[in-house]
Amino acid sequence: MSGHIFRELEKLKKKVLILGTRVEETLHDAVRSLENRDLELAQRVIDLDIEIDFMEVDIEEECLKVLALYQPVAADLRLIVAVLKINNDLERVGDIAVNIAERATFLGSRSPVTVEFDFRRMSEETENMLKLSLDALVNADVSMARQVCIADDIVDNINRKMYIQVQDAIRKHPEDLDAFIHILSISRHLERIADLATNIAEDVIYMAHGEIVRHRVEDYVHGAHPRQDKPA
Amino acid sequence: MTDPVTTEESHVTPQKPAGGVKATSERPKAKPAFDFEPKIRIENLSLYYGQTRALFDVDMSMPAGEITALIGPSGCGKSTLLRTLNRMNDIIPAVRVTGTVAIDDVDIYSKAVHVDLLRKRVGMVFQKPNPFPKSIFENVAFGLRIHGESNRNSIEETVEKSLQRAALWDEVKDRLRENAMSLSGGQQQRLCIARALAVGPEILLMDEPTSALDPRSTARIEDLLDELRSDYTIVIVTHNMQQASRVSDWTGFMYEGYLVEFGQTEKIFIAPEKKQTEDYITGRFG
Repeated sequence: MSGHIFRELEKLKKKVLILGTRVEETLHDAVRSLENRDLELAQRVIDLDIEIDFMEVDIEEECLKVLALYQPVAADLRLIVAVLKINNDLERVGDIAVNIAERATFLGSRSPVTVEFDFRRMSEETENMLKLSLDALVNADVSMARQVCIADDIVDNINRKMYIQVQDAIRKHPEDLDAFIHILSISRHLERIADLATNIAEDVIYMAHGEIVRHRVEDYVHGAHPRQDKPA
Repeated sequence: MTDPVTTEESHVTPQKPAGGVKATSERPKAKPAFDFEPKIRIENLSLYYGQTRALFDVDMSMPAGEITALIGPSGCGKSTLLRTLNRMNDIIPAVRVTGTVAIDDVDIYSKAVHVDLLRKRVGMVFQKPNPFPKSIFENVAFGLRIHGESNRNSIEETVEKSLQRAALWDEVKDRLRENAMSLSGGQQQRLCIARALAVGPEILLMDEPTSALDPRSTARIEDLLDELRSDYTIVIVTHNMQQASRVSDWTGFMYEGYLVEFGQTEKIFIAPEKKQTEDYITGRFG
């Protein structure tokens, strides 16, 4: 096989990393727009999502091209399959960041409400998970990917607590019902992004070891025995 | 046919490699443990061309009614390994074989085995189609006559059946008396397959059977392999990795005389265990 496929794969890796960085920034901006009640920033997140959409399509086309022209196998095939899925997950993270920005627009345009929501911690954990999953992708690092899978439980727990906290808040301040529902949605959005980061981490594990750990990631995280002769 | 080279002693007693060749402990061996009854069982097989060792302690089993592909760079020993399965290496001077090759649990290198009968059970198709300069009919009937068949009706019936099995009958049924050399390359190769099938083999060995054919003829041979799959145990050597992945159930990757990895084809081509296999099939070396 010629060296062309390696050049194509390198190009593809670069593109997905650019997309990943862009999605990370978008999520960060969405969270900041909510924290700082920055309507302008929220609108920018919403307006620029189209660029992420175009990047996703471009990467998918590149993947299809490599599949059609080079018929990759083994590690190269797993890379393409992982990139196809990660690409889709990143685009979804971008969409959810837009959802958060839309909630930020609503909440930022009315008086603040109080709820015992550990938003700062949840958003930090989620952003860290996304960053770590992308670092795992860059380095094909399975141990980093496993850390992402472990961290997902933390975000899930915060989201569960949030549901109870919002119920309490609604009982105390039923007049702010709309705002609380938006806050609950934000918690669910962040939880969903954490899930997508976990998906990315699972795809990195597949890419590196050829093992599909989806739906049994707990077993894998707590009792995995990755192949010894494969590069991490 | 007599066996001019291999004696029973030489194949059952593992011998130390000649000076200058790699010791067997230098590389890990593939140790397949699969849940099937092997048609062909190879154990600790080594082969020497004089002082040069070409195969190093190969262990592998090939299941009945399935296709096993051998892949690897040129000179890795895959054709040599293939030829040990019907003792074609016997005709090369100074070849020495150690270890075991058993078909249906009978060591084919034991003195009790008649090589001509062995080759009736284990047919072979070569890289370049090699029909005899005779009629299409005679090419297929040749092996039958050699093995003592003289009944004309029986020969005609077997020739027709073999040509049908080789997916050639419809193209040649009206020109059976024409010289086989008038056929196209792809047709000649299917004729060679029909010739091999005519004597009723259980195993078919194919040494790069499509490397001299165009894509259309290659596709016909691959379709044919798929049709023959359940009735024969097929071992194919191929340089074309897409072909190995398309047609085979099992794949063995060989390198420098070692069987590096053996496993189900989908496993080898999606997530091989050995980095060396991965590097080869992804084109990073070889």
